[in-house]
Amino acid sequence: MNDVITAIRTVPLEHYVVLSFILFSIGMAGVLFRRNTIIILMCLELMFNSVNLLLTAFSAHHSDPSGQVFVFFIMLVAAAEVTVGLAILVMMKRNVDSVDINQLNRLKW
Amino acid sequence: MVKTDLLTALVPAFPLFGAVVTAILRRKLKGNSAGMLATLMIVLSFVCSAVLFAGHEVVNALHSAGMHQEHPAEGATHIVKLFDWINIGGMEVPFAFQIDALSLTMMLIVTGIGSLIHLYSIGYMHDDPRVATFFSQLNLFTFAMLLLVMGANFVMTFIGWEGVGLCSYLLIGFWYKTPAYNYAARKAFVMNRIGDVGFVLGLAWLFSVLGTLNYTEVMAKAGTLSTETITGITLLLFVGAIGKSAQLPLFTWLPDAMAGPTPVSALIHAATMVTAGIFLIVRSSALFALAPFTQDVILYTGLITSLLTASIGVFQNDIKKVLAYSTVSQLGLMFVALGLGAYSAAMFHVTTHAFFKALLFLGAGSVIHALGGEQDIRKMGGLKGVTKITYVTFLIGTLAIAGIPGFSGFFSKDAILMAAYQEHPMLYVATMAVSLLTCFYMFRLLFLTFFGTYRGPGSETGTHAHESPLVMTVPLMVLAVLSLFGGFLNLPHLFGGHEPMKHYLETAADGISGEHMFLSETTEWTVMAITVGLILATIALAWNRFGKKTTLDPEPENLPAFQRLIARKWKIDELYASLFEKPYQWFSEHFFSIGERMIMTPLMIGSGHTTERLGKLMRRFQSGNMSFYLFGMVMGMIVLLVWTLYSV
Amino acid sequence: MIYLFYLFATISVISALFVVAAKSPVNSVISLIVCFLSIAGHYILLNAQFLAMVHIIVYTGAIMVLFLFVIMLLNLNKSTEPQKSLITRIAAVAAGGLFLLTLLGAIKNGIGIATPGGYDGGIGLVKSVGMSLFTDFLVPFELSSVLFLSAIIGAVMLGKKESTAKQMATGDSAYAGLNQAEHIVR
Repeated sequence: MNDVITAIRTVPLEHYVVLSFILFSIGMAGVLFRRNTIIILMCLELMFNSVNLLLTAFSAHHSDPSGQVFVFFIMLVAAAEVTVGLAILVMMKRNVDSVDINQLNRLKW
Repeated sequence: MVKTDLLTALVPAFPLFGAVVTAILRRKLKGNSAGMLATLMIVLSFVCSAVLFAGHEVVNALHSAGMHQEHPAEGATHIVKLFDWINIGGMEVPFAFQIDALSLTMMLIVTGIGSLIHLYSIGYMHDDPRVATFFSQLNLFTFAMLLLVMGANFVMTFIGWEGVGLCSYLLIGFWYKTPAYNYAARKAFVMNRIGDVGFVLGLAWLFSVLGTLNYTEVMAKAGTLSTETITGITLLLFVGAIGKSAQLPLFTWLPDAMAGPTPVSALIHAATMVTAGIFLIVRSSALFALAPFTQDVILYTGLITSLLTASIGVFQNDIKKVLAYSTVSQLGLMFVALGLGAYSAAMFHVTTHAFFKALLFLGAGSVIHALGGEQDIRKMGGLKGVTKITYVTFLIGTLAIAGIPGFSGFFSKDAILMAAYQEHPMLYVATMAVSLLTCFYMFRLLFLTFFGTYRGPGSETGTHAHESPLVMTVPLMVLAVLSLFGGFLNLPHLFGGHEPMKHYLETAADGISGEHMFLSETTEWTVMAITVGLILATIALAWNRFGKKTTLDPEPENLPAFQRLIARKWKIDELYASLFEKPYQWFSEHFFSIGERMIMTPLMIGSGHTTERLGKLMRRFQSGNMSFYLFGMVMGMIVLLVWTLYSV
Repeated sequence: MIYLFYLFATISVISALFVVAAKSPVNSVISLIVCFLSIAGHYILLNAQFLAMVHIIVYTGAIMVLFLFVIMLLNLNKSTEPQKSLITRIAAVAAGGLFLLTLLGAIKNGIGIATPGGYDGGIGLVKSVGMSLFTDFLVPFELSSVLFLSAIIGAVMLGKKESTAKQMATGDSAYAGLNQAEHIVR
């Protein structure tokens, strides 16, 4: 078991933190960058995953399984969110014949 | 014990039930049924009180000892707790009734006289379209009054206190279509509230120093307080009593309260509610006995009030106003007795006064009824041939209040006069003057109403005057009997009695046992003889001036200056108007012109305009552009992050 | 070991950038799958084997396939998407960079979390995660089934053709009514 622990500790925690920050920022920039709603949804998934990575890294370095359970729950919520999000997307395409996010400006009414 | 609990709960429950039922069914109950129901409720309540009274240990003890016992049985106080009411932190106020000699006496007065007046009201009010409302409010009043006298703590008493104030307001303004009556009701309400503030402050202070408001505990702990504290508390409680019992400087509401129907005046503003102040002071006599300064204040307040209002009574021309001023004056006498520490004398006078003042008011109501609403005694006269029962009963009431030996008022008033004499002969002279004035204006009233010739419109006596129906005269007769023999409730030693009422009340109020009469019998006889002689002389004087009057009295405006001042009620209303109303109006006008116009209005309108402009500005941000929203969100997140990270 | 980390990190960052930059949505989906696979690699590096498997099954196997389905169903694979204006795109990149800078600035003095002693390398295994899930987190776990149920119902309701059309029609008329109302007010 000891070699597993040393293996985990070989990579410092800060590395994982910086990596997940970078992924999160890329996801956020993507949300702002694109007009295609489906890409925006995918960028959201990316941001979810960077957070998952961070939680798992902390959990492993702390030897606390709760963090990994949280990741599990985040996956559940992400799955549900994608289901509804894609359904909305389908409906949007059907009604306004576009997936351009700027077409949603009618929502202000 | 269970039986006592049940009966105790039933006493206030009956009037409450009656009030609620008559209020709900007021459109359904036709004719006299509302009155019948309400009266039945009060009678049932009276029966319960009477059974409680008969079962009370002290009464039995007094009986078995042949009324000789000086120290009746212990444990004369029953606390009947129905449920916990306020129970927060250190404050425990149970919803409990205290059954002892004092509350039983008051319960009997309230329900007994109350049932007679309810009965009378059936006849008096039967033409009124809102008769069911009237009886509902009358029942509600009885309920509140019972709470007041039966409560086992100050809070219960206070609830009843406010309840009777509310009912008094409602009933004074019962004929609300006349603006003057509404004004009178409002005046009564405001004056009472001024007193209530004192009462509440007193309660708060009492609670802060003792941590309890239950009567038994407060009385037990009273000795632990410093004199200054207890003087402050008792003065505040006395302010409450002033408001409710219409003493100087808050008495002006009571004469105006005569705007209500006459049975209301009899029940609320003569027999029961106005004696609540007396009751409160007797109930907390253990506190007042420890505050000599407060007792002096009570004494002189009562004395000045009774003198002032008795003098006003002489010049009043409205039959009910005369009786109203007489009530204030008699209440003043009771306060004199309280100030002297003669609590049993005060309670005795409360009882007899309830009898004869209710009788007089109901008699006055009968006269007004007979004359179809006429209230000015200058336009009456010669009614003794027409309304015989009213005349005889009214005569008995007048003799009782004047203090003719043998009648109830004689004994109770004599007890107060003796207590005054014992304190100082000058006090005796002053209270004597009050009795003589009382005697004078009461006989003036009697003579002007029933003797001489009819002076009203229509010129012929009895063209339309008629005797009241039986339902109104029966209560008169019962009250007349009570006024005649009520004195024997507390027959003094001088006449071979044993003062049973005093011994009875001793078990409830600590202060009473401290009363001692140390005048010799010769002195008492002499003083009494002087009193009676002067009273008889006054009656003769009144007969001389008013007995065979055939002409109208002059209007108050044509009287000599000093008499005109008295007839204008010493201009006290005008004094209050210039002292309080004018500055108040001045303040409100200036607050309106400066505060409202120059500060509040610009603020209101300005805030409205600002919101509107901000809204116009902000609506540009709601473009519906998703990317823009997202961008704003990210920027907000950055700002928040920076702020939380670097502000620590 | 650290080289493996750098490898996976490079793959995930590059593929993430490609997700944003790709013209065709299908390319985006493919590169996102690559990104997720590399993240699974990170999980294995952290000895979180259970998560790694769940991650591959749920994300790569289910969610991304769902994305692909939708893209094909709606025939979105035309790179005709209108581009945002240049200034918006610069602003978007700037915002992302600013955000990254802020986050990095937050940890410039180290993370400041003391790593406690008593390591247990096996916490990422099915046994320990399952233990935690079915003891400490049993109620949230059961409640998540309710979440799924509502998500299913929501998706079905949104996807129903006739009723949504009707809803949109009424919505349109309401919209027209509002327009009229606004004209009247003005």
